[in-house]
Amino acid sequence: MMKATVYVTIKQGVLDPQGVAVQGALHSMGFEEVSSLRIGKYMELQLDTNDRAEAEQRVKAMCEKLLANTVVEDYRYELEG
Amino acid sequence: MKFAVLVFPGSNCDIDCYKAVEETLGEPVDYVWHTATDLSAYDCILVPGGFSYGDYLRCGAISRFAPVMSEVAKAAEQGKYILGICNGFQILTEAGLLPGALLRNTSMKFLCHDTVLKVANNRTPFTTDFSENEEIVIPIAHGEGNYYCDEETLARLQENNQIVFTYSSNPNGSVLDIAGICNERGNVVGMMPHPERAVNSLLGSEDGKRMFTSILKAWRDTHGAASVR
Repeated sequence: MMKATVYVTIKQGVLDPQGVAVQGALHSMGFEEVSSLRIGKYMELQLDTNDRAEAEQRVKAMCEKLLANTVVEDYRYELEG
Repeated sequence: MKFAVLVFPGSNCDIDCYKAVEETLGEPVDYVWHTATDLSAYDCILVPGGFSYGDYLRCGAISRFAPVMSEVAKAAEQGKYILGICNGFQILTEAGLLPGALLRNTSMKFLCHDTVLKVANNRTPFTTDFSENEEIVIPIAHGEGNYYCDEETLARLQENNQIVFTYSSNPNGSVLDIAGICNERGNVVGMMPHPERAVNSLLGSEDGKRMFTSILKAWRDTHGAASVR
């Protein structure tokens, strides 16, 4: 078994209205130091394989095909196990 | 002319689309379930609005892998008419049949009201019954209708006249006020506003009707059919 952790974030340059709203909320609470806030997605995948190279290649394909929309999002992943 | 209205789990504008075709055109129309693997019988495919697959992950991200979507790609390739409305537009962008993506409205609000649209291109098969730059009233109902594409894609859209509708007053933050676009060939259109909800003055507007009459006219022009309702 391996564990893949996938992070999907909105590309720099693409407006993240959710992040802007949350940043505004933090400011109004007195957390003035927050100069930028971007919201993304965190996914945990358990993989039925021990072949690291294969896992890596397949997780990449999952990200490209479904988990991220590369028009507006970036992704990165970590593999453990 | 035969119409298909696709139905995904979570579609909720499928009946409106069906009725718009039935009542505006009187042409045959079928509901087609997302598992269908053959669309060869249809001349026009409507991808309706709603919340297919609960908008999980991203709007349209899961629906685009439904079996019927490879048939939609095939139909697009064959030059058949494909209209994606609201969630249908999101599905078509996720499927790569139209460029760009739909992001969360900048206001973070779900917007549900009439909008004034400008017909930016009246030479697509979907818009010939409008005059160029005509202002029409069509309602929107979306939380994620903020059209985005990179500069390069945007330049290409402008160059090829692929911007079909723009908002007179931008409700959602979309680039260049874009409300609807088409592919390069012009046979695939995606738009956030709902023309199928504007087909009777009782609904507040009947400007949407002319999208449907345009499609029928385009089909007749290429198929030499003469019957008129």
